[in-house]
Amino acid sequence: MSDYENYLKGSPLEVKVITRRIGIPNSASIGVFLQNDGYKALTKALSMKPDEVINEVKNSGLRGRGGAGFNTGMKWSFVPKQSAKPKYVVCNADESEPGTCKDRPLIEFDPHQLIEGIAIAGYAIQSNQGYIYVRGEYRYLLDILDRALEEAYARGYLGKNILSSGFNYDIATHTGAGAYECGEETALLNSLEGLRGYPRVKPPFPAVVGLYGGPTVVNNVETLSNVPSILLNGAEWYSKLGSPKNGGTRLFCLSGHINRPGVYELPMGFPLRRIIEEVGGGIPGGKKLKCVIPGGSSCPVLLPEEIDTPMDFDSLAKIGSMLGSGGVVIMDEDTCMVKAALRISKFYAHESCGWCIPCREGTSWLKTLLTRLHGGAGVPEDPDTALDVAFNILGKTLCPLGDAAALPVISILKKFRHEFEEHVKLGGCPYERKEATVS
Amino acid sequence: MLSESLRAKFDQVIARYPLKRSAIVPLLMFGQDEIGYVSEELIQEIARAVEVRPIEVIEDIGYYSMLHRQPIGKYNFQVCTNISCLLRGGEAMLEHCSKKLGIGHKQTTADGKFSLEEVECLGACCGAPAMQVNYDFFENLTLEKIDALIEKLRKV
Amino acid sequence: MPDQVASAPPTTVNLTIDGKSVSVPPGTLLIEAAKQSAIDIPSFCYYPGLALQGACRMCVVLIEKMPKLQTACTTVVTNGMVVHTANEEVKNARKAMLEFLLTNHPLDCPVCDKGGECELQDMVFTYGAAETRFLETKHHEEEKKFSNLVYYDRPRCILCYRCIRVCDEGMDVNAFGIGFRGGHSEIIPNQGEKLECEECGMCIDICPVGALTSGTYRYKTRPWELTYTGTICNHCGDGCKTTLSIRNNEIIRANNRDHSGINGEFLCAKGRFGWDFVNNENRVTAPRIRRDGKQEESTWEEALGTTVARLNDVITRHGANSVAVIGSNHTTNEENYLLSRFARTVLGTNNIDHHRTADFSSLVTALTQSHAVDRHATMQDLGEASSILLIGNNPTPQHPLLAYQIRQAVRQHRARLYIVNSADIKLRRQASLYVQVNPAGEGQALRALMGTQSPGPDMVVAGSASVGTLADELKAESDTIIIFGEEVRGETIGDLVRWGLALPGLTRFIALGDYANSRGAADMGLLPGNLPGYAALSDADARRHFETVWGTKLATQPGHDLRGILGGIQNGEIKALMVFGSNPVKTFNFDRSALRSVEFLVVADLFSTETAEVADVFLPATSFAEKPGTVTNTCGQVQAVKRTMRKPGTRSDLEIILALARQFGHPWPYQSPDDVLREIITNVRGYSIALPTLLLGGAVATSPEGNPPRLEREDLIFSSHDSLFTSGTLSRYSHALNSVEESKRPHDHIF
Ligand SMILES: Cc1cc2nc3c(=O)[nH]c(=O)nc-3n(C[C@H](O)[C@H](O)[C@H](O)COP(=O)(O)O)c2cc1C
Ligand code: SF4
Ligand code: FES
Repeated sequence: MSDYENYLKGSPLEVKVITRRIGIPNSASIGVFLQNDGYKALTKALSMKPDEVINEVKNSGLRGRGGAGFNTGMKWSFVPKQSAKPKYVVCNADESEPGTCKDRPLIEFDPHQLIEGIAIAGYAIQSNQGYIYVRGEYRYLLDILDRALEEAYARGYLGKNILSSGFNYDIATHTGAGAYECGEETALLNSLEGLRGYPRVKPPFPAVVGLYGGPTVVNNVETLSNVPSILLNGAEWYSKLGSPKNGGTRLFCLSGHINRPGVYELPMGFPLRRIIEEVGGGIPGGKKLKCVIPGGSSCPVLLPEEIDTPMDFDSLAKIGSMLGSGGVVIMDEDTCMVKAALRISKFYAHESCGWCIPCREGTSWLKTLLTRLHGGAGVPEDPDTALDVAFNILGKTLCPLGDAAALPVISILKKFRHEFEEHVKLGGCPYERKEATVS
Repeated sequence: MLSESLRAKFDQVIARYPLKRSAIVPLLMFGQDEIGYVSEELIQEIARAVEVRPIEVIEDIGYYSMLHRQPIGKYNFQVCTNISCLLRGGEAMLEHCSKKLGIGHKQTTADGKFSLEEVECLGACCGAPAMQVNYDFFENLTLEKIDALIEKLRKV
Repeated sequence: MPDQVASAPPTTVNLTIDGKSVSVPPGTLLIEAAKQSAIDIPSFCYYPGLALQGACRMCVVLIEKMPKLQTACTTVVTNGMVVHTANEEVKNARKAMLEFLLTNHPLDCPVCDKGGECELQDMVFTYGAAETRFLETKHHEEEKKFSNLVYYDRPRCILCYRCIRVCDEGMDVNAFGIGFRGGHSEIIPNQGEKLECEECGMCIDICPVGALTSGTYRYKTRPWELTYTGTICNHCGDGCKTTLSIRNNEIIRANNRDHSGINGEFLCAKGRFGWDFVNNENRVTAPRIRRDGKQEESTWEEALGTTVARLNDVITRHGANSVAVIGSNHTTNEENYLLSRFARTVLGTNNIDHHRTADFSSLVTALTQSHAVDRHATMQDLGEASSILLIGNNPTPQHPLLAYQIRQAVRQHRARLYIVNSADIKLRRQASLYVQVNPAGEGQALRALMGTQSPGPDMVVAGSASVGTLADELKAESDTIIIFGEEVRGETIGDLVRWGLALPGLTRFIALGDYANSRGAADMGLLPGNLPGYAALSDADARRHFETVWGTKLATQPGHDLRGILGGIQNGEIKALMVFGSNPVKTFNFDRSALRSVEFLVVADLFSTETAEVADVFLPATSFAEKPGTVTNTCGQVQAVKRTMRKPGTRSDLEIILALARQFGHPWPYQSPDDVLREIITNVRGYSIALPTLLLGGAVATSPEGNPPRLEREDLIFSSHDSLFTSGTLSRYSHALNSVEESKRPHDHIF
């Protein structure tokens, strides 16, 4: 078990849609779920035509919460109606993007909401089998899900002829074993087929050729958890919760140098400054903000003068960053940005699957170069070389992991170049160990 | 010999998929949980159970970072030092564990009780600094919390 | 797009590459479209015929209206596509990929085994990125010995995965995998530290860099110190083109990197490593004469003189038919043709035969009678076949190229493979229908298939598909290629051909003979009942034709077949025996004491075999690598073997036969093998070969025609069932083939 409650502190500014049951004792049990309009949405969905369900989700403006932010209903609509091979819904619970820990509470405290969302997605694309791919480290969540699935089968919300609608649906869990890349949808499918988690060449996209060669929808936990509420309250209600083309609410994970770290459900488009200052209660010790990662470690960092931005996919794209997976990582004035870049590079080098050259060689080059530079053995060319290496990775890899590795480093190198040069000059790190003294 | 319960688990897991080989990674994980590591026998048994050549199982083992082919300590300390934890003292926590246990990254104590590993993001960023001991999360770590935990585990 | 308005699917797609307008069939990959218009897009992992990887990213190009660079190896062309393969962005991307590759790649080309023929080296030379800004330390890893023949050096490996794919998709051996992850990824063998496989070495040739190297070649020499000659492998009957690399009169390696010949890039362990018998220390390089029980070295003059004298003596005392000749499965067509002439015109006997590993005569007879003499399928035909019926044999070990072609047909052209066999042969994996018969039941099953015999109750083993189903499926096919081994002989072949020709479409046939020139031995008339080209002695016109060409009368009486000859030796009827490149003691396990009892035995061979040991005169012959000529593969395709080196002290069978003929008082006019070949071309039916094609290294199909006597006895036809690592007697002298663990496995072991 986790001591998760510790940091689901909640905030008056929250708009609770998918977290509304969290806090109710035994919220994970089907009993509590049913008392709080559980499986009503599925019942309703089964009374609609599959296409009506897809349109409802499309019009709600729900966009993928896994990172890419693609319109979910649109994605479902790409699945061919007729298919010789079985269709699948795969829930991506591989949550591994540094700074991201939102899918965890959703599964821990409201697994049935997710199961209901998956079943509805399955009905919408006329699939009969769903899988939940859970990262290996989340073993206790696997147990929670298995228990919830048992309950759902026992009550007839899964299995044959659900609610005597004639619709059959099965869901099974699947554990990963430690690989960030397996969160990438095509690598995930290979992993689910028992292969090494290498990405697939696209096109064809999973919606057409996915798991076992059948049409497959891959959606994030948070994405699917939103589906029941959309069906219950309607597309219009949901889209109004957020900002234009960015329907609904979003879970933000506040971490790093912040007074009230935690997972908060806020309307799409909520201003970043208010997230830091009001929701998160500002920076410990009244220190100044140095920069913030808005959506997980693969997003370019934002400077203090850039935080007056609405937190939605389009607004962040406009200022050259991304909403990503909602991991908001705050760094105060005493943070060594070389160290930050180094640690992020170390992660991507460790997680590169090694299939394609620029990612395999580029990420470890960045890691070793920045290690040397931060360690005091830097040379004046290093900042330029690092920038070059990152640009040589960018846009040239088979899957987006390469970009995920390059973008943050590029943004840090551009926005904090002086810190890199200072390391070269001093032959060492002026901030050494400061970041360790917090907390 | 694999235990009866594990074999039963194998059959139950394999039945979830239209393609047997899909079960390889889950079977490796469940097998490792029971045996403590991925043994030669486990590899052969899984290959037989899902009808692949052993090298295909070995390819998977090499890929996934949670699978190890050597025995490790009863309690595996996996300390995260990724960005959110880094910012809240993750490295200090790692160093402390290392000092206390007298072992470094991917090492195991002589008595086979403890292992230590510096790991990537555990999905506990809002509880940083965080670590996992085997599958259990320990968050908002402090040096004191770590001392207490080690003492407790030394006793059992 | 406008073309979508058109109702009929477009037959070509039009696009622009670097300003050139290009039109290709729909579904073409951009990288291929570029190649067709002579625009080179660099690549490592892309390999025609193998699965797409998109891994090396060398082939990135700029496609207008696309947000970022695209990989040409995974992009299917579309109408109106505008592509740039040489602008700055693309050039820099390529440079970057090469720089990345070099970060952990040793920069020691001068000492690397692949130096001079390395794709990475060439790439860097052509596209730049030589000087690196990489200041970090490279990963180091020790080189690994996967087997005696295959070594792997991780730091040099660029992970293009060609080795894995050629082993999986090409060979169906699946011996490689990938270990670890990210920068630590490496190629791993199937048996822990070791590789257990068919040892074909395809992975070595396909490796673009010095990562996989050959145990027999590595660090022996440098590519530029070698001279290269394309010739034909001397082992099995498939006739693979192989390029021998020679340095000061010694073969250093064999490969087929230029993908020329009927085998493309294919070579099996025998073709790639098994040539070393040529250099074997036991090669005999001086003639030997038996003096009071012991063979002693002698001069060629003495040895030839003795041979002629002793033979003359036997003939004058016992008559020409007391002499017999056994020919070879390995010697050239020219040699076999002359040997046939020698026996019949110089010695004056038709007692001539060879170890027949397939009943080519009956196939020729049947096709001739059905006026379908051109229905022999070539190796290339097989690779593109849509339907294949394989009866008997186990091609994977016995005919590696043929098996490869069958797999290609199935994989690349979705061919259906139908198998009738008593064993659980490996090709079963590719079969769409497999009729497993009881041991030696192939002929019976075949007769049932053709309806000439009713299917016996226990004809097929339990659980096997029925002959009836097979018949139905074959009737639904067309252009079937029918392949059969020793199991089908004599009259059954006649029935099979007539039945097969009645199937829909253009049915073609292949009879499977064991060795490099088994087919040529039969075609050139190393048979008791017919002259070269299956011209029956009983056929007056055919006989007269050769009588005029050779200027002598010919005996019409068929001679003894091989079993007859051996019997004749036992009952004393045969007093003298000439053996060329054959080891009957072993092959027919013939009692040596009986052989000793003949008055005179002369053996021409490379080694002192069980048969040679009891010879009165031993003549050391040259190997395939040391003489020019032609051989005919089991499909009837003629190819040229070339002299690549000399072996002092040895003489070719051709030189030997000519010398003997001369000393017998028959001064034949031939100056060279070419003269003999010209005579073959004009006089052997079906052998009207276009010389230029042959000289340019091509394979020329033949369509022999004739009515040779029917098969004397069934037990004349039998295969030696060689494994992947044996070929009769020769392979015993190959250190390479004997050095691999796998060679100790049972012959039918499946890897
Ligand atoms: C390297 C990499 C890692 C990813 N990891 C995850 C992950 O852990 N969880 C997730 O939901 N999506 C992850 N994604 C995004 C998935 O590829 C995919 O877009 C997403 O699961 C689709 O679901 P959505 O449309 O609901 O967001 C990752 C993408 C990349 C390139
Ligand atoms: S061994 Fe050669 S062919 Fe195989 S992956 Fe490495 S470089 Fe490529
Ligand atoms: S960064 Fe440590 S748990 Fe996420």
